[in-house]
Amino acid sequence: MHDPLHIGGIELTSRLFIGTGKYSRNTLIPEVIASSGSQVITVALRRVDPQGGAENIMNHIPGHMTLLPNTSGARTAEEAVRIARLARAAGLGNWVKIEVINDQKYLLPDNLETIRATEILAAEGFVVLPYMSPDLSAALRLRDAGAAAVMPLGAPIGTNRGLRTKELVRILIEEVNLPIIVDAGIGKPSEAAEAMEMGAAAVLLNTAIATARNPLVMAEAFREAISAGRKAYLAGLGPVEEVAFASSPLTGFLN
Amino acid sequence: MSFFDTLARLEQYPYEQLWKEFREDDVKRALGKGKLNENDLLALLSPAATPLLEEMAQAAQRLTRAHFGYSMQLFTPMYLADFCVNHCTYCSFSSIYDFPRKKLSLEEVRREAEKIAATGLRHILILTGESRRENPVSYIKDCVDVLREFFSSVSIEINPLSTAEYKELLQAGVDGLTLYQEVYHQETYKKLHVKGPKRNYRNRLDAPERGCQAGFRSVNIGTLLGMYDWRQEAFQSAMHARYLQDRYPDCEISLSPPRFRPYLGEFNPECDVTDRSLVQIILAYRLFLPRSGITLSTREPASLRDHLIHLGITKMSAGVTTEVGGHTNAGGTPQFEISDSRSVQEITEMLYTKGLQPIFKDWDILTESVT
Repeated sequence: MHDPLHIGGIELTSRLFIGTGKYSRNTLIPEVIASSGSQVITVALRRVDPQGGAENIMNHIPGHMTLLPNTSGARTAEEAVRIARLARAAGLGNWVKIEVINDQKYLLPDNLETIRATEILAAEGFVVLPYMSPDLSAALRLRDAGAAAVMPLGAPIGTNRGLRTKELVRILIEEVNLPIIVDAGIGKPSEAAEAMEMGAAAVLLNTAIATARNPLVMAEAFREAISAGRKAYLAGLGPVEEVAFASSPLTGFLN
Repeated sequence: MSFFDTLARLEQYPYEQLWKEFREDDVKRALGKGKLNENDLLALLSPAATPLLEEMAQAAQRLTRAHFGYSMQLFTPMYLADFCVNHCTYCSFSSIYDFPRKKLSLEEVRREAEKIAATGLRHILILTGESRRENPVSYIKDCVDVLREFFSSVSIEINPLSTAEYKELLQAGVDGLTLYQEVYHQETYKKLHVKGPKRNYRNRLDAPERGCQAGFRSVNIGTLLGMYDWRQEAFQSAMHARYLQDRYPDCEISLSPPRFRPYLGEFNPECDVTDRSLVQIILAYRLFLPRSGITLSTREPASLRDHLIHLGITKMSAGVTTEVGGHTNAGGTPQFEISDSRSVQEITEMLYTKGLQPIFKDWDILTESVT
């Protein structure tokens, strides 16, 4: 089934975006990319060190990947903007994942600052993918500000707690005419499948894979789950009923 | 309002009695909870928790891996000057000791920076003794100006400053502040700090908060373990960390659990802090403050550090010297003796062997404004 995802003028066949943090060694990254089939990888600019030699994370990302530098560490829109500009100047392309986080306990995003940063960067030609708390008004403002997709959290970053914001993400999928990429909190392949069944355009994961006992097998599991969830969404899920309906109707004889 | 007011309440606790009252059930209850409160922290530090260290370790490791993954941030200290006007009973830099004092010239700072940067490290912590005459804020700023060429993050561990002075350093490119209270117990504090501005307990206690108000991205606090009852000291330092974390959510608050080490003088601390006690402290810190950084210095021996990295530690120093200019020109007077003298390369290899990734660069200082 040819079912590509179009973002920022790029056609993607994989709907699994992955991260680069929390691995026990950077050399795992190319193997995880291969297992996951992912084509988009997010990297914190704050960890990119061009002079870092073998420790430079960029040396471990294959050239075919679309880079999604993130503004991790930014506390304000201004900082996020500056990080995005640095990333582009450093040759990391014009995609950017806006992360503006003022809360160091739960790492919840600041939607207002995120909207401000999105307005500035979209106007400068960046393909902006903002990470946000799932709030409809904020998502609509991000869309109007020029975001290429919206990335609501499923649960706080790194918690593996699953799709706790399901109802709010569902509303965004219904109301915001942009790809909705569930980012953060997804801990199990079944949860990623659930997000895709709802109509999410993609899922971004890091902790669930990076901290699994076997990251390569877990990457493969997510690849399959996301594909299954997407197929289920496209196939159209059957209606959910409160009481049982026989597959062979009892009144069929009347026809 | 400052932590001083909170501390006034905490100091009223009948600690001796409290430690005896906790039972294993209290510890188990704390282990089963999400957000831990003050009472849970006391339980985790109490003698009742000692038989449950393994359970605590398992929970602490799960939390650490979830929030920090398999990464370990590395940094190294750079001593700029050992001039000091204080007489602290546990420190080689104390004004009572007669040795040739030294302060790095900017050229020497550059040479040290080149040497350290060649190891791959991009985070540095600069230290001085306390002498506003020899190491004024303007000198620190000049040094930072040199260091910015080599490092993506520069933190300070110097005498307490005013909020305005911290802001000046922030503008100059400093993004982190480390400042240990040394000892929270006020009477002991007065006893250990015999002479000099450091005798002003309140000025030191409030300095991390001034750093948060000035806008530093990270503030690292701690108590020098061994100077007073470790349970009480660990409790009060963790409460201090939570106080700051609750009021300054945009600042990364970290804790360090340094243990007393031999130095130039003869002072010996009153309280023995065993390896087991240190582990209990680290685990309690992690469980009470799941997202806080916990820093482990080279005061601890290599073999112990290799084990502690799995129990909640997120930052380690490597390639350490505690002498002024010690990275390029050994032979000065160390502030204290270190235990783990391994190079950055050796620590890196050890981390990889243990399944952890060393992080040399975790932040870029952003001081230019966006127009």
